[in-house]
Amino acid sequence: MKRDPVYGIMAEFDSAQALVDAARLTHQAGYQRIDAYSPFPIEGLAEEIGFHRDEVPLVVLIGGIVGGLTGYLMQYWMSAVDYPLNIGGKPYHSWPSFIVITFEMTILFAGISAVFGMLALNGLPMPYHPVFNVPRFSSASKDRFFLIVFSSDPKYDLAGTRGFLQDLKPRSISEVPS
Amino acid sequence: MDEQFKSTLDAGQAPVMEPGYTFGTVTEKISAIVLTRPASNGWFIGFGIAFLLTMMMLYAIGYLFLKGVGIWGVTIPIGWGFAIVNFVWWIGIGHAGTLISAILLLLRQSWRNSINRFAEAMTLFAVACAGIFPAIHVGRPWLAYWLFPYPSTMGVWPQFRSPLIWDVFAVSTYATISALFWFIGLIPDMATLRDRATHPAARIIYGMLSMGWRGSARHWHRYETAYLLLAGLATPLVLSVHTVVSFDFAVGIVPGWHTTIFPPYFVAGAIYSGFAMVLMLAIPIRKIYNLEDFITELHLQNAAKVMLATGLIVAYGYGIEAFMGWYSGDRYDAFTIWNRLHGPYAVPYWSLLICNIFIPQLLWIKKMRTSPVALFLLSGVILVGMWLERFIIVVVSLHRDFLTSSWGMYYPTRWDWMTYIGTIGMFLAAMFLFLRLLPAISIFEMRTLLPEAEVKE
Repeated sequence: MKRDPVYGIMAEFDSAQALVDAARLTHQAGYQRIDAYSPFPIEGLAEEIGFHRDEVPLVVLIGGIVGGLTGYLMQYWMSAVDYPLNIGGKPYHSWPSFIVITFEMTILFAGISAVFGMLALNGLPMPYHPVFNVPRFSSASKDRFFLIVFSSDPKYDLAGTRGFLQDLKPRSISEVPS
Repeated sequence: MDEQFKSTLDAGQAPVMEPGYTFGTVTEKISAIVLTRPASNGWFIGFGIAFLLTMMMLYAIGYLFLKGVGIWGVTIPIGWGFAIVNFVWWIGIGHAGTLISAILLLLRQSWRNSINRFAEAMTLFAVACAGIFPAIHVGRPWLAYWLFPYPSTMGVWPQFRSPLIWDVFAVSTYATISALFWFIGLIPDMATLRDRATHPAARIIYGMLSMGWRGSARHWHRYETAYLLLAGLATPLVLSVHTVVSFDFAVGIVPGWHTTIFPPYFVAGAIYSGFAMVLMLAIPIRKIYNLEDFITELHLQNAAKVMLATGLIVAYGYGIEAFMGWYSGDRYDAFTIWNRLHGPYAVPYWSLLICNIFIPQLLWIKKMRTSPVALFLLSGVILVGMWLERFIIVVVSLHRDFLTSSWGMYYPTRWDWMTYIGTIGMFLAAMFLFLRLLPAISIFEMRTLLPEAEVKE
């Protein structure tokens, strides 16, 4: 398949409110492969562009369960199975003494899962991305808000989509080269 | 607009942030400290002194490795001297950073947004200082890795029924999670610096640290979820860390250690000293870098109130210790209290009561809570007091236990002092570098405080 020379069409907005409104209208117009960029998290924006499945909590839950089991079973196996040592007449399987490390390992694994799970689900680190080719996009980390319709969207066509975005009254419109 | 922001404006109190800022000016003001502001002579002098103190610490540790722990003042019965005192002191200081970044996030206290970044940095550096001490005090520091359960040719494993090994897991988990929490908070700001920086090297370094962050709405959504979950995980973690540290003492049978009040009273003391350190850093930073608009009087007042509250919990802990010494009917417990008040270490004990209980009561006066100079001095007093508390717990409990034949005295040597003061230098050197290399205030979280950030559905 021939690659489209245009990665998407990007519209720039002045305010968070304008971006949220534009995102809602674009999604309602039937565009599915769109994204929005903002310099800070905006509540509800992800839902407006049709994002509903956030798997981070599941990843963290699995990490926590694995960590807790690892912590407890490690201590049980080392103290009661592999090298049982009688210390002060305490049982080999002294479960109350194992709670602290089980807890710490739960937190450790869950926390690592949260950070690396989030990065992996976001596809980061990704040093290069076509949107960085737009010079104005450097303001996306400061005070500007961007909406993009990807050229892979089924409803996309260069002139039509451009005209649709123009009607949303953006501050500027750019074609993102791929 | 944020609820708290609105209510403080209405009540005519100091706001979370002075009005009149936009997304652009907030960004410029904070990133300029890193990107455009030239390093002043004061910075070089301050960093130079801190660096020299760090070198002094390395010298003291080098000599320790050469000669062994005999160069310190530790003797039997006082086998735990400055190393453990300083370890507990530093790890306690770190707790305020996690409290600000995690617990106040869960409690939706938006005033945390302007102090969480450097408070987390403080946590990280304090934990680094704390971590030095247990590693070097083990006698044979090149074998400190024996603390970790790794498959060795000896076939043995750590002793999981001991609080000391719990502490290894608690502190290393705490250090890891604090570093991750700090790093994840920095990612969007690294993107801002990447896009603002003009020097090619700066763009490449900040670019790599930003992980290619582009602020996509999907990314923000997962990011916020991860951040919130991490806060939820860090909250019980931070409470567990000083609890486990207190188990190092409370599980022992030494009079003065063997009490159930230790875990809560250690945690309160940790937050007490941590907020004192936050203020000692925040007050000069906001002055020197003109950040009074972001770190306002509200932050100082709130920190002062937290100190007052935790200070009272600490005072309650001292009271219960004294009460239990009498009420238990145990002659050794009673003697421990008597020995603190009248024994050879009475001067440190009374100084501790003055520093931690009596002087901080000045915080009831509003004028004290709003005066940066007074708060700075008071925080110094509290930090000294909290260090003395750990000295009393470690040294005074050990020096006279059950048998008079095994009584002794502890006198710190110059190597003890050099190592301790050296870690303060290392902490400050790291803070100096942090201020110049990374945004000291979370830029993206400050943007969310602006009225323009509010969106109607």
